Amino acid sequence: MSSGRLLAASLVGATVALVTIGTLWPNASAAAYASGEHFSESTSTPEAAVQSLGEEIRAQAWDRAYSSLANKAQFTEAQFQRDLTSYYPDLRTYATLSSFEVQPLHASDTDAKVQLKMHWSTVVGPSLSSRELHLIKNGNEWQVEWPIKKEAVVPPQVIPVNYLRWDVINRTAGDDWGAQDVEAPHVRIVDMHPVQRAEGLVLLGELLNEDVVPAYVSVTATLISKDQKPIETEGSFDEISHQLLPKQVTPFLIRFPNVSLSDVASVRMNPFSTLVPASADPVIEIEDEKLNPAPDASLTGQLTNQSGQIANVAHVLGTFYDKSGQVVWVGDEYVDHALLPQTPVAFNIHIPEDLARKISSERTVVATYSFGGSE
Amino acid sequence: MRARLPILVGGLSLGISAALGQSDDLRVPASIEAGAAFSIQCGGSGKATLYIAGPSQVIKRDVQLGETTWFPAGSLYNAGHYVVMLASPSSSQAGSLDVTPSKKPADLTFIAKPSRLQVALHNGITGTAYVFDNYKNLITTPVQVSFELSNPSTPAQTRTVQTRDGAAWIEMDSTSREGKDRFVAQVGNVSSERVVGQVPGDPCSLKMNARASGDKVQLQTDPVRDCSGNAVPDGTIVTFTESYNDVKSTVDVPLKQGIAKVDMPAQRGAIISVASGVVLGNQIRWEQ
Repeated sequence: MSSGRLLAASLVGATVALVTIGTLWPNASAAAYASGEHFSESTSTPEAAVQSLGEEIRAQAWDRAYSSLANKAQFTEAQFQRDLTSYYPDLRTYATLSSFEVQPLHASDTDAKVQLKMHWSTVVGPSLSSRELHLIKNGNEWQVEWPIKKEAVVPPQVIPVNYLRWDVINRTAGDDWGAQDVEAPHVRIVDMHPVQRAEGLVLLGELLNEDVVPAYVSVTATLISKDQKPIETEGSFDEISHQLLPKQVTPFLIRFPNVSLSDVASVRMNPFSTLVPASADPVIEIEDEKLNPAPDASLTGQLTNQSGQIANVAHVLGTFYDKSGQVVWVGDEYVDHALLPQTPVAFNIHIPEDLARKISSERTVVATYSFGGSE
Repeated sequence: MRARLPILVGGLSLGISAALGQSDDLRVPASIEAGAAFSIQCGGSGKATLYIAGPSQVIKRDVQLGETTWFPAGSLYNAGHYVVMLASPSSSQAGSLDVTPSKKPADLTFIAKPSRLQVALHNGITGTAYVFDNYKNLITTPVQVSFELSNPSTPAQTRTVQTRDGAAWIEMDSTSREGKDRFVAQVGNVSSERVVGQVPGDPCSLKMNARASGDKVQLQTDPVRDCSGNAVPDGTIVTFTESYNDVKSTVDVPLKQGIAKVDMPAQRGAIISVASGVVLGNQIRWEQ
């Protein structure tokens, strides 16, 4: 009993001591998050000035970051903040800057160029953005000229949208047991192909909604061993466009980490579909799609929202084919900016270097989500 | 030989008694129709209690031995095997009776699948009917069930099927016209109706036209129809793809009022194609 009291007293004492130490002598990053009182103050070099700005952005100390800028007369603090956190609700709105990199590009006695690479943590994973900053020397201090990107403003207008919408009424508990329920959408896997990668086995394929109603879809796969026993079951998670309108095709990718293709005798595919209320808008045009060769192989392009409704989050999925038309890879990217009507937003889907040479064509689809309901 | 005759008669009597499932003093009908009136005769004298127990039903009745006990219509209505027990202060006897479903159909449960399918599919629709009597007992004796699939624009398909173990099933073709078909199963004057939605199939001969619209090219499909001539429903996705040098533009456009329409960048020499699902349409080379 007495030893228990001693342990409790020791724990309380240690906690109090650690809290005191942490409060009086916090480390730099904790201080930046907590109070902003311990930011890197140095602006004696261009890199130090950008480092200080990065810390302030990470701590969301907008007033401090704004006041350090050389060109703050050109925009307001609110515009500066919205430039980083978005004007309209999107992935960036709910993101935090987890880390940043400072890379000097050019320097003279009076001005310099530094690249600031910002690694954001978003609800769908990491997102990278980069800004090339111009700095000027003001006395003994270097100051950043922030390259403000003012969001395109959609002029006030009425856009008539003759949109299609599907609503679903399911059977109720009071119905006769023989009464029909609404039929689940008919979907079909039109292509499936396993690929062995260093990190494991990957299943690639395409799923078609061959029905006349919208479908919420997902795909799971079970690997079967040579002795006919299941090895593992995995789903496509978000590497698929979950909502398919009639006759729409989505690629899918299912990862089986640490599984070798040589251990697999067969694969049991299980496409799932259910009826969901859906809207046929917004229509997103994918412009200037271009396959860029290695190094840094990628698929780039621009998304343009042709409807009047803002698409807050866009998920771009690229299906890559070889010369024979077989799927060799599926890549995706979440666009962290909202798609405003008629305002192009760039996307960039990374392609693994070793596969880039095999790719001869691609097909891109976009899934969008609007706040207040998925579209 | 004389000595053997009483043994033979006694054995036969016992055998018949056992076959009827009753003792000498308890005369129970071997079977009755569900809901029918029936009687049980109890031999002897004095008072006793009669129990009848079966699926979801138990009847207890005080009876006078030596008299016939009458049970009115509707007393036993759940089909199945029942045990009859007669308990008196001095002895107890047992028997059994079977309650069979009524032969007159009174209810029909009809399962039709699917509720929605493409037009012109052979044996695409299945219907299964279960025939019940007035007390919801499945009628296991063969009954003729007629199935009819009809819509206003095509002749009705009618077939008659005999039930087996209470169920009758059928496969039918979907018609070539889209719309809502009435699928009816009927036994006597009892019927059950389901609706089967027949929807257009894949687009057939998808064709688009292009015309200049400022610095854009306006692409528009002809009214999109399936191979039976039905209009493909609005909301169906049509994909327009424009390839120019190594650059491509793609738009997924839903059909609205039967056509898909979109503006794309006008690039001289661009190849523009159209597709819907796995169906490819025509290709245009833009030369303006």
